[in-house]
Amino acid sequence: MKFSILVSEGPYTHEAADTAYNFTKAALEKGHEIYRIFFYHDGVNNGTRLTTPPQDDRNIVNRWSELAQAHELDLVLCVAAAQRRGIADADEAKRNGKDADNIAPGFRISGLGQLIEAGIESDRLITFGD
Amino acid sequence: MLHTVNKSPLERNALESCLKHAVKGSAVLLIEDGVYGAMKGTVKSSMVEDAMKDISFYVIRPDLKARGIDESRVIDGIEIIDYHGFVDLAAKYDKTQSWL
Repeated sequence: MKFSILVSEGPYTHEAADTAYNFTKAALEKGHEIYRIFFYHDGVNNGTRLTTPPQDDRNIVNRWSELAQAHELDLVLCVAAAQRRGIADADEAKRNGKDADNIAPGFRISGLGQLIEAGIESDRLITFGD
Repeated sequence: MLHTVNKSPLERNALESCLKHAVKGSAVLLIEDGVYGAMKGTVKSSMVEDAMKDISFYVIRPDLKARGIDESRVIDGIEIIDYHGFVDLAAKYDKTQSWL
């Protein structure tokens, strides 16, 4: 079955980023396809590579990047939500006159249409948030 | 339809709202702080026990464990599942509504 995931909560907030990760991992282990994971609102904070948690804590951002690399996942950050929260890739940084970008490996920035498309193209869309 | 609830019924009314909307034959999965709704002997237990006549209830084992809730304290009839079971439920029901 084809799943898409919506994450609307930041990492280290409550538990949505963890549950979304655990669900995604379990779905992949069961042989399902993850069509896309869309990060909206504070969820875009899952995609900054500058995150530096203590060494004995889980690294939520790296965990997404590693899962994306292992399974060729499509991790999409909402552009408007990312701009508001200071998350940029090289193109966005240049376009908005910023001196750096901070998007984590495996993530890309795009529009809300990507969420709508995921909802249409997938058998299931599961929301994790706060 | 599968409903997921991730808030404690002792703190927010997400579970209560969910149960007002959930129709006969649907399922409720308690996740994150929502697992407090699966406990026996709380002021909200009877609300869940009444709803169980028409609705199947599930709770995530790792989320119970993270909160130190022993499985013996879960209301009889609520099925304890892991994340793979969550995936199975999401596949089984045609839609999932997350009560946040």
